[in-house]
Amino acid sequence: MWIYEKKLQYPVRVSKCDPRMAKLLLEQYGGADGELSAALRYLNQRYSIPDKVVGLLTDIGTEEFAHLEMIATMVYKLTKDATPEQLKAAGLDPHYVNHDLALFYQNAAGVPWTATYIQAKGDPIADLYEDIAAEEKARATYQWLIDMTDDVDLQDSLKFLREREVVHSLRFREAVEILKAEQGVKRIF
Amino acid sequence: MDQRAGKKDERFYQLLQQLQEADFALVELNLYLDTHPDDEAAIAQYNQLAQRRWMLAQEYESHYGPLMHFGHSYARRPWSWIDTPWPWQV
Repeated sequence: MWIYEKKLQYPVRVSKCDPRMAKLLLEQYGGADGELSAALRYLNQRYSIPDKVVGLLTDIGTEEFAHLEMIATMVYKLTKDATPEQLKAAGLDPHYVNHDLALFYQNAAGVPWTATYIQAKGDPIADLYEDIAAEEKARATYQWLIDMTDDVDLQDSLKFLREREVVHSLRFREAVEILKAEQGVKRIF
Repeated sequence: MDQRAGKKDERFYQLLQQLQEADFALVELNLYLDTHPDDEAAIAQYNQLAQRRWMLAQEYESHYGPLMHFGHSYARRPWSWIDTPWPWQV
């Protein structure tokens, strides 16, 4: 069961209409290392992972949906006042003719989201290493996104998300150590 | 101004930020405790913040309507869950 809370995890403010930046932010919406991939990856891995790390996957997977909502809010606010001419100048005319101003799960290049972006190997170490890699890739993507805008309000929200990737990566690394220690105990017999 | 119309006063933004600050610490402590379940100081801090969070949510909801659905927040008349602003409209 999930419960919705009617607020963002962290404020999202933008200082101008910027459809070009909105297009780039789609990388973290429907891209391989984006928030949708993250949420679905972790929540799907829970069912076959050792009990000791199910709580962590549940909580981080849930937080990723809050991040997805923040990215959606950024895209919404950056495009809501854009004219078709501005969308065209930003390279969003192919998006406009298919979706108008609706959001769609695709990456910055317009490639639709696919389940092949995420893995579930059933091997807990393999799964957690994938999760650590995903967090590091998302952290790097947030850095490149921060580099692509001079909007300090938007940068503030993106920096929050970048830091969350760092924390998630750390927690997943700890989960690996917890499972390794558990395996070590069994080997004594 | 009618709060149902979507425009919020200064207190709304103050309370929202205080909630977000408390929730940030709670999420952070929660993830930490997921991998450090025996840290009693962190558990005490978590419970202390959960109480503060509850009080902030009570004040927020008494002025600006329910934060949560499905019975996790009390409802008043008229049903205001469906009122704007939604989070992306704030």
